[in-house]
Amino acid sequence: MTIGLGHYLTVAAILFTIGVFGIFVNRKNIIVILMSIEMILLAVNINFVAFSAFLGDVAGQIMAMFVLTVAAAEAAVGLAILVTFFRNRGGIAVDSADLMKG
Amino acid sequence: MLEAIAFYILAAVTVLSGLAVISARNPVHSVLFLILAFFSSAGLFVLMGAEFLAMLLVVVYVGAVAVLFLFVVMMLDVDFAGLRAGYVRYLPVGGVVAIILLAEMILVSFAVANAGAASEATRPVVGDAPNTVAIGRVLYTQYAYFFQIAGMVLLVAMIGAIVLTLRHKPTVRRQDISVQVGRRRDLSVKSAPMPTGKGVKPEDLL
Repeated sequence: MTIGLGHYLTVAAILFTIGVFGIFVNRKNIIVILMSIEMILLAVNINFVAFSAFLGDVAGQIMAMFVLTVAAAEAAVGLAILVTFFRNRGGIAVDSADLMKG
Repeated sequence: MLEAIAFYILAAVTVLSGLAVISARNPVHSVLFLILAFFSSAGLFVLMGAEFLAMLLVVVYVGAVAVLFLFVVMMLDVDFAGLRAGYVRYLPVGGVVAIILLAEMILVSFAVANAGAASEATRPVVGDAPNTVAIGRVLYTQYAYFFQIAGMVLLVAMIGAIVLTLRHKPTVRRQDISVQVGRRRDLSVKSAPMPTGKGVKPEDLL
């Protein structure tokens, strides 16, 4: 009963799918959407680290670190936009973000 | 055997808390389950021999990002029940997309793991150097520019977040150094005429 690369990739795939599914079903709630994006990035990180560990190349872990950096920056800026949006519109419903008629 | 038990426990906790994140009614619970998911995937990283990244995940995500989420969720006064409208409506199409996506990715994963580029890799490779030393050797030589660019990304994100959330309130009094330095005697001191024997009222001085 050895745990191979496929097991880790499967966990990452399930987590990625949960993230995509979360964006689908919670499409009015920006906070949960941001959390789902964080989960998707975590799944990507698991994939990077799994390949890095099983192939013996440490570059994958460097990439995971950069993904972590970008995810932290994205969370900070996203939550700042969310706070500003809440102040201007009095709510965080995605549907009310229609000022640009996009 | 012990490794397999640890893997299955950590993987199950990760997946279940991931499901709880998107299905919890209270967003505070969502954030707490997100923390649990990050924690148990840090355990998965340790199982793979990536200890440095596991600790980084705990520090950066649990310590910073999740607490930031928690602050924002608790700070904003939002009617979260109204935001859940449409949850059931998008459930079928979301489920179909999720199942197809999951089937495809697991198929590709096992194809790669069993027959592809990584088919000979049966267990994590343990190098001669500790994990942190190995990362440092590569990060500060081959990826030094990328490392600095990552620092710039964080700086820009920090400045952007500050600029976005900073408010100029007109009621707040601020120090204006040029006004302070340019203050003259005739702006601050008023000499009132004082006829002898009449006295001076406070209104005259204003």
